[in-house]
Amino acid sequence: MMDLQTALDIAHLTDTGKVRSHNEDCIATDNQAGFVILADGMGGYNAGEVASGIAVTMLANGLKTALLVDLSEQGPGLLVKSEIEKTNAAIHQAAQSQPQLSGMGTTLVCALFHDNHIIVAHIGDSRLYRYRQNKNNLAGFEQITHDHSLLQEQIDSGMLSEEEARLSSNKNLVTRALGVDPTVDVEIQEHEALPGDVYLLCSDGLSDMVGDEEIQLTLSLFGTNLELAVQQLVQMANDNGGKDNVSVILVRILRRFPARCGILAWLSAWFKKRL
Amino acid sequence: MAKLIITLDGQLLSEFELDKERITIGRKSNNDIPIDNLAISGEHAVINNFHDEAFVEDLGSTNGTLVNKQPITTRHALHHGDEIEIGKYRLKYVNIQELGHKIEAHEKVAQEFGKAVILPNQALTTLSGEKPTSDMMAHTIPLVMPEAARRAETASRPSLPPIEEVESHAVVQILSGPNTGRALELTKTSTSLGKPGVQVAVITRRLHGYFLTHVQGDDYPTVNSQALDAHPQQLADHDVIELAGVKMEFHLK
Repeated sequence: MMDLQTALDIAHLTDTGKVRSHNEDCIATDNQAGFVILADGMGGYNAGEVASGIAVTMLANGLKTALLVDLSEQGPGLLVKSEIEKTNAAIHQAAQSQPQLSGMGTTLVCALFHDNHIIVAHIGDSRLYRYRQNKNNLAGFEQITHDHSLLQEQIDSGMLSEEEARLSSNKNLVTRALGVDPTVDVEIQEHEALPGDVYLLCSDGLSDMVGDEEIQLTLSLFGTNLELAVQQLVQMANDNGGKDNVSVILVRILRRFPARCGILAWLSAWFKKRL
Repeated sequence: MAKLIITLDGQLLSEFELDKERITIGRKSNNDIPIDNLAISGEHAVINNFHDEAFVEDLGSTNGTLVNKQPITTRHALHHGDEIEIGKYRLKYVNIQELGHKIEAHEKVAQEFGKAVILPNQALTTLSGEKPTSDMMAHTIPLVMPEAARRAETASRPSLPPIEEVESHAVVQILSGPNTGRALELTKTSTSLGKPGVQVAVITRRLHGYFLTHVQGDDYPTVNSQALDAHPQQLADHDVIELAGVKMEFHLK
């Protein structure tokens, strides 16, 4: 397994917000294995917390174990997908077995860093954004994930403008979630990751309360200090009302991180066999 | 419960409770609020109610719909005190609950003066034809001793806690270095100061004021010669900030 500790700078923060009584968001980060996970749970009583908790813990353990094995056969995208499908089955089973957990589910956004690439998996309306300084030193801030939500569907079909969507009251209706069905449709993307990139993962507690321009401005000013940046973003969401739990993960790419390949990998495998 | 107060040329015509999800306004008699006037289209505008929020939308009328004297093109969110204009008719949106929240915020201010009282039904009698209610203070807190109190209010206004978001009311004036005399308006929610790679601090605007945070560099900036720690520090008027060898003064307008 590659150790990405020197390639990734990671900061994270999760907060209950100003209105909710408990935090149903859950996050995990691992800068050695090179992945980050964020889940926003839903369901009555404490079921939301249970769903996001299972999702994050199981997926983190699953990824850690799977990454110990060589990735060359399966490819990282398929690996993430199959681990998420296992997690989905576990949450669904737990929901079936206990009546008070019935119907629980969670959104999920997960990023795995492997071989100079970022593999993004998501379900629901938790998001991943990329902040990238391009050649002209102009900063680009781009939403990489496409929400699986009713609102996004209405925007896509032209029923609502972005402006109207911001005023809409059905912001929190998602069209896909982890754990609500025996099977799940995970959206997987793979992009090249460049040194200097900053990736932002967040729950809708941030994206609903703070506009994209404000988030971009904050990243451009606080970007040299990720710890401060996550604090600032959470504080902005709370200052604007903090109507939901707020979770933020920031990942900066410090250097390139190619997987060992070709002759080197072959040699090490050959040595292992001989030993 | 929110309502519309309908007036024509300053004369009260009627009041209308917004007790339905969708309320139509137009010349035809099948509208919820029929207004029989040639300047008004058959189906002129609609008000949609969601929970406690109301939105007004023009239905492609011939003469258009104005909110606070501005023509609206899309769905427009209504706030307490907003005035919808259709032809020569004015429909004032009154939302006691929203007003209540604002009154609460103002109550503290009022108590400080010791001269103000709140008449909750004041908004109902403050009808259109007067100045627009951009100044909530004057409308929601009528003063018992108008003359003296108004003077007190004006005198102490700069120290009033901001009710809505703080607008661009602060400036950083450079006191030393090559840019001496230049002033930096703090218009954005965050503004950075210093030299990237050497020492950077950011001033963020929050609901209750402006805060200075150290972001980058081994040396921390000072405020009135006191070094900052890792936490954001609130700035007061005339505070002197020093960073990357440059002195500057923070001003609240």
